[in-house]
Amino acid sequence: MSVIEKARPAHRPAPARASRSGLTDEHGRRVRAWELVVRYVLLLVVLALTIGPFLWQLSTSLKGPTEDIYSSPPSFLPAHPTLHNYARVADTIPVWEYALNSLKVAAGNVVTNCVGSALAGYALARLRYRGRRVATLVFILAMLVPAESIIIAQFTTMRELGLNNTLIGVVLPGCVAAMNVLLMRNAFLNLPFEIEEAAYVDGADVWQRFLRIALPSVKGTLAVVAIFAFMGAWDDFLWPLIVLSDPSKFTLTIGLNYLHGTFANDQRLVAAGTVIAVAPLIVLFACLQRYFFRGVGEGAVKG
Amino acid sequence: MAGSTAPSGSRVRRQLPTSPWLFAAPGFLVTGVFVLYPFLSTVVDAFTDRRTLIPGRFVGLANFRELLHDDMFWIGLRNSTLYVLGVVPALVVLPLLLALLVQKNIPGIAFFRSAFYTPVVASIVVVGLIWVWLLDERGLVNSLLETLGAGPVGFLSDQWLLLVSAMAVTVWKGLGYYMIIYLAALANVPRELHEAAAVDGAGAVRRFLTVTVPAVRSTMVLVAALSSVAAFKVFSEVYLMAGPSGGPAGEDTTLVMLVQRTGTGLTGRVGYASAISLVVFAVTVVLMLLVLRADRKDEA
Repeated sequence: MSVIEKARPAHRPAPARASRSGLTDEHGRRVRAWELVVRYVLLLVVLALTIGPFLWQLSTSLKGPTEDIYSSPPSFLPAHPTLHNYARVADTIPVWEYALNSLKVAAGNVVTNCVGSALAGYALARLRYRGRRVATLVFILAMLVPAESIIIAQFTTMRELGLNNTLIGVVLPGCVAAMNVLLMRNAFLNLPFEIEEAAYVDGADVWQRFLRIALPSVKGTLAVVAIFAFMGAWDDFLWPLIVLSDPSKFTLTIGLNYLHGTFANDQRLVAAGTVIAVAPLIVLFACLQRYFFRGVGEGAVKG
Repeated sequence: MAGSTAPSGSRVRRQLPTSPWLFAAPGFLVTGVFVLYPFLSTVVDAFTDRRTLIPGRFVGLANFRELLHDDMFWIGLRNSTLYVLGVVPALVVLPLLLALLVQKNIPGIAFFRSAFYTPVVASIVVVGLIWVWLLDERGLVNSLLETLGAGPVGFLSDQWLLLVSAMAVTVWKGLGYYMIIYLAALANVPRELHEAAAVDGAGAVRRFLTVTVPAVRSTMVLVAALSSVAAFKVFSEVYLMAGPSGGPAGEDTTLVMLVQRTGTGLTGRVGYASAISLVVFAVTVVLMLLVLRADRKDEA
């Protein structure tokens, strides 16, 4: 930046002048009004395209039995909003049990991924022993194997273990994802060794160093692992579809597919079911979104 | 995976001799039993006639020979390939434009970024069912088309339109994900380049092509690699929109749908499904290599 700044100072508006006119960007330069208008128009168009379908689904789920959901032109707001369809979904399929099953699977996935990948990541990054490189390579290779190409063998493995058609069987294959192990490994690698050395000098053993010093320093990465483990398990479709056959054990995604297949003629029901499935996730995401975008935001300000 | 060697100068050594393996044991156990062992048994099973309840015998290349004459296999391979060709260019370009749109810190931009990310967060089943409803013969899209005077379009009943609709859904759901990857890359583009180009009189489009695109080239390659592998393995979108049997006469079946249909259930042909799985695996590896190779060639 400095070269251009020195060479052509006249082309950069003075900060004082820029701030006078109200809106400035992150570099203290004025944003032109027409550019701002174009940007907001485009943003609103994309907003309609990304959020609109969800709102339409919500609207359909709130429409009463006497309302025409196929009207043309479409009516975007329910004339007589009702929660009746949500009660009917619960009568049709045990949607709350399915939600509980999904919650169990997701919670299990979070705990096992956080514990398992933190332990393994620490071993790969901070401990010294023979075969460590091979150990790292094992996880890299595992990450490269597409899940879709081994699902049949995972299914037969699960059958041999007698865990088919159980929620444990749903959790197990992804319960310590290689990707998360490598994420945690990189986080531990970036910690300075000095802090652990100090603890070592004070007589802390490896478990104490791991639990009291290393782990608290990688909380951010651990949070990312937890969020993605939760969403991955809550959203997964193919694997539960293969491993679960008993409708009483279904997770929400499989239950929804079942609802769709069985009651495809009543869109209000399917819509209510999908809203039940997606609402908790959108709330969770809204609460945690700064963890998603923190790194990006910091980068953008610096840029 | 930056830096696979131990940081030098490490003097932290005191530990019980068994503890490194204790630390890594849960990870190894899961990876070994549920990833590496299934991978090896996929390779082995592909050469047997194993079925769900019947142990297999070695049959050599019989499964692969059968694949060559299986119409369904060729339909699956065609559709999965078309999916890559249709989805990848859109997912390389559109999220970049979207990232440029949300890059500037103007009031409310955090809300827009989060909102654009929502389809990524939503489960693919929810997304699939939302679009089945939107694209229904009497759904919102057709209802709007009719208001404009155009007849209803059979998005979900025509074999090709259904595939294109599924691609559109994949792109719609992926936009936010790749937008974030591009945002991170754009943050590292030096501003001086833009300023220099602007001083030289380059307009927004010129600057995009001569400054932005070259600066995020390696990210575009990454996005191409990730999205092509994902597109080739497509299952859920098409399964939900076309149904388990893959649309009219199964013409919308993808390879992974075929794996699922062939290999599961009490009569599942595990051996044959494993052979198809190996094809899926081989093609994804080739796709990765092709994309990465293209990157290297351009740089040379």
